[in-house]
Amino acid sequence: MATQSSTAHQDAPNPGRRDFLYVAAGAVGAVGVAGAVWPLINQLNPDASVLALASAEFDLSAVEEGQSLTVKWRGMPVFIRHRTATEIEEAKAVPLSDLKDPQTDAQRVKEGHEQWLIMIATCTHLGCIPVGESGEFGGWFCPCHGSQFDTAGRIRKGPAPTNLVLPPYEFISDTQVKIG
Amino acid sequence: MASHESSYTPGNPVEKWLDDRLPIIRFSKEHLMDYPTPKNLNYWWTFGGILAVMLVVQIVTGIVLAMHYAPNVALAFDSLEHIRRDVSGGRIIQAVHAVGASMFFAAVYLHIFRGLYFGSYKAPREILWILGVLIFVLMMATAFMGYVLPWGQMSYWAAQVITNIFAAIPIVGEPILLLLRGGFTVDNATLNRFFSLHYLLPFVIAAVVALHIWALHVPGNNNPIGVEVKSSRDTVPFHPYYTMKDLFAIIVFFIPFAWFVFFAPDILGHSDNYIQANSLVTPAHIVPEWYFLPFYAILRAIDFNILFIDSKLGGVIFFGGSILILFFLPWLDTSKVRSGTFRPIFKWFFWLFVVNFVMLAYLGASAADSSVLGLSVADFSKLCTAYYFLYFLVILPLLGRLETPRSLPESISEAVLKKSAGGSSAAAAH
Ligand code: HEM
Ligand code: FES
Repeated sequence: MATQSSTAHQDAPNPGRRDFLYVAAGAVGAVGVAGAVWPLINQLNPDASVLALASAEFDLSAVEEGQSLTVKWRGMPVFIRHRTATEIEEAKAVPLSDLKDPQTDAQRVKEGHEQWLIMIATCTHLGCIPVGESGEFGGWFCPCHGSQFDTAGRIRKGPAPTNLVLPPYEFISDTQVKIG
Repeated sequence: MASHESSYTPGNPVEKWLDDRLPIIRFSKEHLMDYPTPKNLNYWWTFGGILAVMLVVQIVTGIVLAMHYAPNVALAFDSLEHIRRDVSGGRIIQAVHAVGASMFFAAVYLHIFRGLYFGSYKAPREILWILGVLIFVLMMATAFMGYVLPWGQMSYWAAQVITNIFAAIPIVGEPILLLLRGGFTVDNATLNRFFSLHYLLPFVIAAVVALHIWALHVPGNNNPIGVEVKSSRDTVPFHPYYTMKDLFAIIVFFIPFAWFVFFAPDILGHSDNYIQANSLVTPAHIVPEWYFLPFYAILRAIDFNILFIDSKLGGVIFFGGSILILFFLPWLDTSKVRSGTFRPIFKWFFWLFVVNFVMLAYLGASAADSSVLGLSVADFSKLCTAYYFLYFLVILPLLGRLETPRSLPESISEAVLKKSAGGSSAAAAH
């Protein structure tokens, strides 16, 4: 006991070594805690079953001009609108300077399929579903905070910052579309 | 005050034995019974006690509801109907919880406005005030998540809109949104985690309430004249004076509460919430619960871009700012005088603030494309939002410097005696 306490006494006044041990232990502890917390947060992310719903095909043959269809893709509603000739004309006639998020009508659709407007149906403001064929611009009106979209789904008035989002999609044939 | 002498002497050997080991009786006696309280507190000071009771009511009814509720998108809506129709007494218990949330908020708003008028947030009560604002934020989170649980149309779209608020944050917004929802939209994962958190948060609130009361018992209560306690002549023991006053107020408060529960349990809610959640259709007119309306109006008011900040982020900044600003209030109000009673100009701005807040609530409930008093809802909301922020950022900082307050009474007891002398026109016995 006596020898032990005397060696301890000799070691004690070595502040550099103590500080090092203190900081090292603290750092290891912090990394350990962070490592343990991460999985607890990460489990909140979308799980494998949600992520699995990557793409889906839809048949458009039954959708007449002037009609729309709402489909579900990755749990999200998607509008598929068969636009009328006047709607396309109206959308094309809008000067880009009138737009909050400038995009031409051509950028909103696929070449050769201008009549089909395919957009994620959630308002870019806070995610409500806008109502079709309404609002001052003949396109969509969001009932939640009054955003108005034109016949190309572009934001024209109200709090939404951007145009309705286009999902990735391609036409497999004239009446078959694959979203995702 | 905290440092007063304890008058507790253990009455018997068992109490003595306990007192040497865990002085819990001594603690309760000091803080719940003998605690010296200003003798001039009016009924505005009873809302703290009412709030404590409401928290217990929510926790007790909530735990009971959780015994019958199923947190799953396929079952939640029906399980609520099951509670209301099949569970013995479930109709009343569910109504108490749902109406209770509204009564809780009614009380907390009165409690907060009491603080705003009487300057209760000023030194040395800043921490007390900040803890209060924290409780308010936690209450809002709890009530929001609770409102999602019935899985009706309003539940669903409230969840959709409110979680989307986080997406406005630059860069990290989208990942946070996925993390909150656990999917690309609000779905089963969201409902489940909201139930888990809705169960947890009230207990966190209870813990913060304990800190809130601790922070109250260090400096002691503020009071209607805002003059600090100077001697024991200014105070009375909490029990029986204020236990009885609080109890009376609680009973009065329970009368409208009971009326709602028994005669109009749904009047504060929205009929759309009796339609099961449908992720493909947003109700034509979505509105939050009444207690969120003023803040909702502020969120909606920002429909224009501010420099490089787009309207969505702008709305979120103002919405968040309208609550965060309360944390800084103790340092924004520069007046040395606490109570609004002695601030002739402040009074006008204060009452205008109250009217403005009620107006914001009204605007929050109005359809986005309608108009109120000849002004469009959008413009009116901008005006009211502007006053909300001006009150805190310009009026309170300047008024403290510009206004000449009325002279303050010497002490609480002097003010009380003068008042009773004036009231009964009898001479005050000094
Ligand atoms: C701070 C206290 C609390 C507040 C402000 C609060 C608020 C709410 C609100 C607004 C609802 C929706 C009611 C409706 O529209 O029908 C709700 C539902 C619910 N709450 Fe709470 N709550 C609180 C505490 C608790 C606690 C401690 C539990 C215990 C687990 C709980 C469990 C539930 C359950 C199971 C539901 C779904 C049934 C229903 O909607 O009535 N709550 N809560
Ligand atoms: S969610 Fe569409 S305008 Fe706000």
